[in-house]
Amino acid sequence: MTVPVLSLITWSPFAGALLIMFTARYRPLAVRLIAVATTGVSMVGALWLYAVYDRDAAGFQFYEKVPLVPPLGISYELGVDGISLLLVLLTAVIIFAGVFASWTVTVRSQEFYALLLALVTGVFGVFVALDLFVFFLFYELAVLPMYLLIGVWGSSGEIRPRGIFAWAYRETGVGTKEYAAMKLTLYLLFGSAFILVGIFALYVNAGASSFSFVDLEGVSFAPAVQRWVFLAFYVGFGVLAGIWPLHTWSPDGHASAPTAVSMLHAGVLMKLGAYGVVRLGMGLLPSGAVELAWLMGTIACVNIVYGALSAMAQTDLKYVIAYSSVSHMGIVMLGAATLTETGLNGSVFQMFAHGVMTGLFFALVGLVYEKAHSREIGKMGGFGAVMPGIATAFTMGSLSSLGLPATAGFIAELLTFLGAWRSDHRWWLFPAVAGTFLTAVYVLRVAKQIFWGPPSPHFQHLEDARGPEWVALVLLVTVLVLFGMVPGLAIAPVDTATLPLLARIVGF
Amino acid sequence: MDATVWLPVLVLGLPFASFVLLAVVAPLRRAGRAAGAVSIAAIAAAFLGAVLVWSVGFTREATWTWIPADDGPTATVGVLVDPLANAMLVLVTLVSLLVQIYSLAYLHDERPPSLGRYYTFQSLFAFSMLGLVLSPSFIQMFVFWELVGLCSYLLIGYWYARPTAARAAVKAFWITKLGDLGFVIGIVMLWAATDTFEFRVLFALAQEHALAIEGLGTIMFLIYLGAVGKSAQFPLHVWLPDAMEGPTPVSALIHAATMVTAGVFMVTRAQPLFALVPDVLALIGWVGAFTALLAATMACVESDIKRVLAYSTVSQLGYMMAAAGAGAPDAGFLHLLTHGLFKALLFLGAGAVIHAVGTNDIFRMGGLFRAMPQTGVVFIVGTLALAGFPPLAGFFSKEAILAGVWEADMTGPFLMLALTVLLTAFYMFRVVFLTFFGRAPAAGHPHDPSWTMRAPLWVLAALTVLVGLRLALGDVGAHHGPGWLAPLSVAAALGGIALAWATYQRGVVDPGGLAATFPFSVVDLLARRRYGLDTLYAGLYRGFLLSFSRLIGWIDRYLVDGVLNFLSAWTLRGGDLLRHIQSGHAQDYVYGVAFGVLLLFVWSQWWPR
Repeated sequence: MTVPVLSLITWSPFAGALLIMFTARYRPLAVRLIAVATTGVSMVGALWLYAVYDRDAAGFQFYEKVPLVPPLGISYELGVDGISLLLVLLTAVIIFAGVFASWTVTVRSQEFYALLLALVTGVFGVFVALDLFVFFLFYELAVLPMYLLIGVWGSSGEIRPRGIFAWAYRETGVGTKEYAAMKLTLYLLFGSAFILVGIFALYVNAGASSFSFVDLEGVSFAPAVQRWVFLAFYVGFGVLAGIWPLHTWSPDGHASAPTAVSMLHAGVLMKLGAYGVVRLGMGLLPSGAVELAWLMGTIACVNIVYGALSAMAQTDLKYVIAYSSVSHMGIVMLGAATLTETGLNGSVFQMFAHGVMTGLFFALVGLVYEKAHSREIGKMGGFGAVMPGIATAFTMGSLSSLGLPATAGFIAELLTFLGAWRSDHRWWLFPAVAGTFLTAVYVLRVAKQIFWGPPSPHFQHLEDARGPEWVALVLLVTVLVLFGMVPGLAIAPVDTATLPLLARIVGF
Repeated sequence: MDATVWLPVLVLGLPFASFVLLAVVAPLRRAGRAAGAVSIAAIAAAFLGAVLVWSVGFTREATWTWIPADDGPTATVGVLVDPLANAMLVLVTLVSLLVQIYSLAYLHDERPPSLGRYYTFQSLFAFSMLGLVLSPSFIQMFVFWELVGLCSYLLIGYWYARPTAARAAVKAFWITKLGDLGFVIGIVMLWAATDTFEFRVLFALAQEHALAIEGLGTIMFLIYLGAVGKSAQFPLHVWLPDAMEGPTPVSALIHAATMVTAGVFMVTRAQPLFALVPDVLALIGWVGAFTALLAATMACVESDIKRVLAYSTVSQLGYMMAAAGAGAPDAGFLHLLTHGLFKALLFLGAGAVIHAVGTNDIFRMGGLFRAMPQTGVVFIVGTLALAGFPPLAGFFSKEAILAGVWEADMTGPFLMLALTVLLTAFYMFRVVFLTFFGRAPAAGHPHDPSWTMRAPLWVLAALTVLVGLRLALGDVGAHHGPGWLAPLSVAAALGGIALAWATYQRGVVDPGGLAATFPFSVVDLLARRRYGLDTLYAGLYRGFLLSFSRLIGWIDRYLVDGVLNFLSAWTLRGGDLLRHIQSGHAQDYVYGVAFGVLLLFVWSQWWPR
């Protein structure tokens, strides 16, 4: 009997969550060790998966299937192709780093880690599930714990609406963590409604016999169905992917969330949205994708430029990073919308690159916040002298963010650019390239403001990263540089998945 | 892999290994001087390798897949060794080596961790620059192009606690990045049309006249924009003078001898492609000549010795670009090499002066020749070479450029360049007279630097002379202009020197009075304000970009998000209002029912059917 490695990766954090709840009460160190061990199992599993994945074969590998509700065609069906392989690896890396980055959570750390691990199981599940019903269950599992994680362990920003807006929104509590938690949850559930409708529409149209992705892939739906269901998926998943103008949950949510949660949310959960659009939207509804690619790409361009400009305007460090995610998710969606091999590879590469990069950013911002007790960029300055390690890692993240070669961000952006100029809408190239310049402006401006300049007397006592925190930083920086220098590490497996996907799309 | 491949790869790999070692092994880096020793050892070995490659002089290309794709790789990496690359290899490793040795003494007051950081960046720079030089494809060139830009950013900001250094570093990055946008768009378009980034394939296509792509002119113009940023051509030259905020050895290496010439190198390398688009070439020539003249006028009014040299670099880069634009890239490339030697010499000499007197202001120096004769001699050698005196290296390369531009019938650029010869001699000897001669300020006891700083100076001075002699004997510069050209340019240079001598040494001409007379007054006024370009960029940045971003930020928070907040606020408010219907009083409900019945009755009676 072979080891069900996908189930192992997926459920190991969940087992960790249960263990923490039942055995590690009031033992913070045990909580952390269990978290490290169980996410470590996932990490090792993901690495093993990555190592033995057959790069010459298309289709789903490491397939598992257990019927759950045979009359309705629901089964516990798992498998990975090149795209999900890379995202499983990403999730494993981010959560492993996230466990270390939130080492210093002191309030209710038991519940914190339990929720965090449960959430991760949901994320892994989405990436490996091949049954749409199970997929949706995992999807909800990934979204809901976020409400508690932000609402309980989050931090409120210092920015509040002013003037007439303060009066107009007085009941909403804009700017508080409770507001952010509620907004994020409601917004994502709003998206889930579209997804659920879309899934049922496909299920019914395909004869109501199976929720299996593999079965549905064989059905060619009527063009009208394709168009509307693709639109539903695009909007539903797009909310999570932060597409404009449905992105406003993300800056508030990411800024208010505790470190590991923002890492996971911006790093991985936003990719669930993009993954959903690519896997379900483009995979099952090729003609719908062709028909609506113009919309996807155009909105992606808005995301890139608008997100970057919004990031430039922020005075709160966490908001800058959060808006940069909005901008970078534009590259992901743009790459997918090009419907070309290079563009799609770039899209998936950007999912990975942005995940690692933004995970690194939020880890760093968490560290800075924890030490300086401020998120206001204007109040900081000269931190480079007191925290050189953090400054170096932040610079690395910035460089990947602005697409500097030898970091993963460059490969992703380059491939997307190449795809854009080969697509039917060549002009997409220009906003995409302009986005890299705008990114260079805001990230280097922020880096200069925080780390450069004369050291402020207020911040002489600050310390550099310590012990477990280093694990997170070194791991993420290494991955960022490694994949930037050897892009084949990601592209070789991803290509096995994008080519068949594209073949179906071009077939229409 | 045979020796013709692994030798260049080794030259490339040594600084990289040193970089990785210093970056990863923190104790070694923090040791400071030990880190310097590692870096110097690596670059010295790379220099030997480069000399070996150059002396054998083979041509070889090897590529490997970098970004794989289904039908052949999207991008490859590799090494391309040919005469062009060989010459650059030697120049880059030589100047890097000398600068790194020089830095040991120049930066001896730095804290060891800072010094370690410096040498880490130096190793990274050497690797990146060598990678750029050896690039067999546009994409690899772009990769290393950005990496040298990164090193420039990091080293300009080496003293990151200084606000001016921090500002100069980001300014350099942004302005060059602006040009790089064109570069990246250009190569993306070129790839989409030809499916390749490789020079070999592209040149073959160009040779077979098979490169009839629609919009090739636009593509090559966009690629040239990258060179405009990197090689500080008008109007993107504004970052280079500010880049002088970095340590002086960095200015010598990156902002004079090597990195800033990357643009010239790229245009030279891609000459077969640029040759297909004469309009773009003409533009390159005009912009280059204009840059040369414009920068020279600014150098004439500058009082910071490093900034004079920086403007002079901009000006000389203009010469090189003008040559490339005139279809004489070999002349431009020759000037790149000779300029690399004597400009590094001048910067390192200026560094020795600054080190000794503790100021950058030439009006606060004077009479230093007596105090530091060795520095004075080498500085004057460099100055003469830059001014274009035979038989020093600069004479022949500048001569070749003037000849090339003349032969291309580009009269306008030729006149600008010829005028610049005079200005060059003037502003350089202005520096020499003010710094080394005249009255010495009372304070301080300046003296020649230690041998670690002197040795690089003498090596560069010797090379400036030797290369000049070699050029005088051999027939390397292929462009011989008309017979009157050499006398004319020497005469122009002599005129410049005489003017500087009369003004700053003898005091015959009053510089203030000269600057006040028309037409010099207009130029003086504009040049002192740097032709308003810095102000323009600062205005665009603050007034346009940042304001626009604030507008977008406001729109996002109050309009896009506002719709949502408005909905949620009114949902809450609406619920609050409707809540009162559920009052719990039975009579209220009875009223409600009665009212409903009444409505139904009215509706059933009078509603039109």
